[in-house]
Amino acid sequence: MKKFLAQAYLWILLAFLYAPIAFIAIYSFTEAKAFGSWSGFSMNLYKNLLTGNVSGGNGLVAAIENTLVIALAASIVATILGTVSAIGIFNLRGRKKKTIQFLNSIPMINPDVITGVSLFLLFVFLHFSQGYLTVILAHITFCTPYVVLSVLPRLSQLNPNIYEAALDLGATPSQALRKVLIPQLRSGMLTGFILSFTMSLDDFAVTFFTRGTIGLETLSTFIYADARKGGLTPELRPLMTLIFIIILVVLGLINTRQSKSKQANHINF
Amino acid sequence: MNKRSSWALPYLIFLVLFVVLPLLLIALYAIRDGSGGFTLSNLTRFFTDGDALSTFAVSIEVAIENTLICLLLGYPAAWILANKDLNKSAVTAILFILPMWINALMRTLATAELFNSLGFTLGKGTLIFGMVYDYLPFMIYPIYNVLLKMDKSYGEAAADLGATPSEVFRKVTLPLSKPGIFSGILMVFMPTVSTFAISEFLTNNKIKLFGTIIQENINSSMWNYGAALSLIMLVIIGLTTIILGGDEREVEGGTL
Repeated sequence: MKKFLAQAYLWILLAFLYAPIAFIAIYSFTEAKAFGSWSGFSMNLYKNLLTGNVSGGNGLVAAIENTLVIALAASIVATILGTVSAIGIFNLRGRKKKTIQFLNSIPMINPDVITGVSLFLLFVFLHFSQGYLTVILAHITFCTPYVVLSVLPRLSQLNPNIYEAALDLGATPSQALRKVLIPQLRSGMLTGFILSFTMSLDDFAVTFFTRGTIGLETLSTFIYADARKGGLTPELRPLMTLIFIIILVVLGLINTRQSKSKQANHINF
Repeated sequence: MNKRSSWALPYLIFLVLFVVLPLLLIALYAIRDGSGGFTLSNLTRFFTDGDALSTFAVSIEVAIENTLICLLLGYPAAWILANKDLNKSAVTAILFILPMWINALMRTLATAELFNSLGFTLGKGTLIFGMVYDYLPFMIYPIYNVLLKMDKSYGEAAADLGATPSEVFRKVTLPLSKPGIFSGILMVFMPTVSTFAISEFLTNNKIKLFGTIIQENINSSMWNYGAALSLIMLVIIGLTTIILGGDEREVEGGTL
């Protein structure tokens, strides 16, 4: 009985959380321009989206491309920078370690608006023209701390003798790094990469302040501009539905793989 | 001393350039006037700017309400999720964070549209509801993480020594889950105060939150006043963080 009530509570909350997403999904199957009105079942929005023939020009397609390029670039750099730094931080002691860990936590505590405004002022101050590069730099800034925090715990689980053993057996430091250290850190790096990628995809405020005036739009800024104009591009509905289904499938796969490998440490996202 | 500690150096330089310097620039711009001279008028202006002051008050009020509701709804959920007797599968826990992968603006617009079609007038009520939608996972997850890692034998020991289940909860579980609660509050309260766009969408432009005022000033090239408002925001962040004792370990508990 207690278990039933507990489960009922969880599922009621989940029903609330998923209501808006279900709403998007339902209205992706109608052609009506206005979100929330139904003009009969139709798959045309999916067809438009997949053929790139989106109403209102190719703004949405460009925004999707920009979002993916920025997210990929930022999360690759953040993963490399974060992993290298985590190894460095792990080997630091005392005050230095505390300081860099504190600095690392600032971008995570700072609200997006503050991160955005502060980086905007930096680029203005340095007379750095804003566009693609500044958005990617800004995303690296808020992504890297999460990579550092995903890799650090793996380092403390690591047996330091394995790396030394590789060196003793004649591996060069770079070989030992590539063949011994990196493979053992891989799961932490992957978690960091996925976190970075999803945060970059979802970011609005930081992009908004650092994209400059060259007309660079990501999915978030595109949706914002669209909503301000009054009237979302209808193809956003099937797009969000498809994204959701892809994530559902990917997480499902990760979850079954993880439960198969029966690792003691649970997934961290 | 291991020389691999020097690997942290590039990141240290990066952090100084992209985190420390930008924050110092907020302070610098806040105390300068348009022509670059020193002034305190940007900061004093806030305290005489009725619009900004009332927005600030509304933001704090909405953030407190949002945080409290998230905590009241989220704690039981996190507790159930972490309790092996009540919830066996990790899938339910994943379901709670899954909505975060859908663009937050899009989810917010859908929420507003959903309210519209159900016949609710957009305003304060829908704002709080929508905010809870957006931030509940950020409250549940850190608490869930802490509860999951908690050593269950403390509770068992308390029960063996004669504590009732409610005493075990109040005197053992709740105090031990404090770090999770604090980092949950940190992850809900500050972002709510500073949010922009979301509040306008959920209230049909009727209610602005503090982040919007900052954005409006920056976007209309009032950089100095925008920086001053950001500085005020930063001071509040600093205070909340100190009060909640949020150091890097607790933030780690909240890693998504």
